[in-house]
Amino acid sequence: MAESSFTPGSFDAGAGPVVAFHDVAIGFDGHEVLHDLSFHVEHGETRIILGPAGCGKSLILKLANGLLEPDRGEVCVFGRSLGGMTEAERFDLRAHVGMVFQESALFDSINVEDNVAYRLREEGAPAEETHTRVQEALRFVELEKAIDKYPSELSGGMRRRVSIARAIINRPDLILYDSPTGGLDPITSTTIIELVVKQRDVSHTTSLLITHRLQDAFTLATHRYNSDLGRMELIPDGKIDDSTKFLVLHEGKKVFDGTTLELTHSNDPFLREFLT
Amino acid sequence: MFTFSPEDFAKRTVGSVQEFALLCGRAVGNLFSGRRYWADIFTQMDSIGVGSLPIVILTGFFTGCVLALQAAVSLKEFGAVGMTGKLVALSMVKELGPVLTGLMVAGRNSSGMASELGSMKVTEQIDAMRALGTDPIRKLVTPRILATVVMLFFLTIISDACGTAGGALVSVTLLKLNASTFFHTAYMALTYGDVVGGLVKPLFSGFIVATVGCYFGMTAKGGTQGVGRATTQAVVYAMIFIILVDFLVTQLMIGIFGK
Ligand SMILES: Nc1ncnc2c1ncn2[C@@H]1O[C@H](COP(=O)(O)OP(=O)(O)OP(=O)(O)O)[C@@H](O)[C@H]1O
Ligand SMILES: [Mg+2]
Repeated sequence: MAESSFTPGSFDAGAGPVVAFHDVAIGFDGHEVLHDLSFHVEHGETRIILGPAGCGKSLILKLANGLLEPDRGEVCVFGRSLGGMTEAERFDLRAHVGMVFQESALFDSINVEDNVAYRLREEGAPAEETHTRVQEALRFVELEKAIDKYPSELSGGMRRRVSIARAIINRPDLILYDSPTGGLDPITSTTIIELVVKQRDVSHTTSLLITHRLQDAFTLATHRYNSDLGRMELIPDGKIDDSTKFLVLHEGKKVFDGTTLELTHSNDPFLREFLT
Repeated sequence: MFTFSPEDFAKRTVGSVQEFALLCGRAVGNLFSGRRYWADIFTQMDSIGVGSLPIVILTGFFTGCVLALQAAVSLKEFGAVGMTGKLVALSMVKELGPVLTGLMVAGRNSSGMASELGSMKVTEQIDAMRALGTDPIRKLVTPRILATVVMLFFLTIISDACGTAGGALVSVTLLKLNASTFFHTAYMALTYGDVVGGLVKPLFSGFIVATVGCYFGMTAKGGTQGVGRATTQAVVYAMIFIILVDFLVTQLMIGIFGK
């Protein structure tokens, strides 16, 4: 493998935001979807993106991973601008980013093990180690028994969890979750949110998370992972997790960017209506 | 609802041609540098080459049979039934073998590639692949091009051989011709230029089958209906290009070998 031109491991918290959008705009067929969006996500932060359907949330994650080009503005990840990068440099960068797609996007012609192992195999990891790490990742999402199944044999929630396992297998420095609980029942949603909380509190990975379910967002903000009990629990004394922040979009514009407390105390009429 | 604007149409056409050229360029460039996915190349060779064998053998064989029948009828008028072998061999090797094999493989594999890559595209698997650090052109398109070009070359040779055998069978059993005369005239008729011309064509057809199939797959949009559309378009365009390029290559060969 060629020496990676870049090492976010050496990226220290003081060096600036992990993800930064500067006046980013993107549109399709003459219709602009995101208008001059700016925000940044600090190291270790969990940024929850909220907004009505079709307002461009998925686009933000794709822009952040360099899968799409903005029409205007600049996207910086790990302090580097994606604009001037060649596709090869972007592959180096993506090696440090895990992404969970809205519809899971598992490779449907290979089984769960091969899906989860995909990245390690591409990097040429030894077979033995790959298998161990796949089991480890599947244990994390509590799906060890599904290792030989094909994606079409799994339920939607299981697919989502396999997709999370695939995204975290190489311990990325940034995770992008696109609606990990979309279309799932409340119990499965809670399981998945628990995984996100676990990933946040155990690995302290910076992440961006899109959700349609406000209660998921507030579960994230009010819970922490207790590794002794092996599950998440409410943070005592009504405190909230201060690494969790919110970004609310409406019609392609940012209407809120701040902490949980600021969001719940906001007087903006759109936000008030959105939150109730 | 649909208003036709020539300007829009021209813009879209130029855009598509540019995209297609870019895809071809990058896919071919990948052959010469960086990682090669041998496992994918062999899987594709198996599915394209071995998988197409039955239809290529059958079409080749029956085309040879028909050619012999038709040729004998016409040649009888001139008292030259003995030339049947020559006619069958020349037609098969120069034209029908390469073109029919190309068309059969286009029907089978361009559509297969377009629907496979198209489904991957509309279910975001292509994006997922990029997100996981793999260049989809290197992993999906390049192996298909290499596999199709190599396999179509050998399939064409098989088709030529089956066609000649079919012609011989009909000549001997139905037309009561002498087998050795058939093969002798057939063998004598073929010149170096004919064989080279006939074997250059599948290289082009193979490239067309794979690139057109992959292009329509990779640019599919609009759900399952979009994949269906991509599949149909891939077959139609691949077939048209094969016949067009066949014409151009034939002309080039006439220019080079004088016949
Ligand atoms: N590839 C594309 N081509 C054309 N339009 C697109 C494309 N991708 C997104 N859009 C448009 O951009 C807008 C935002 O899309 P996006 O997928 O980001 O929405 P979203 O906020 O994720 O919605 P949801 O909550 O339903 O997932 C939509 O109106 C969509 O039509
Ligand atoms: Mg979305």
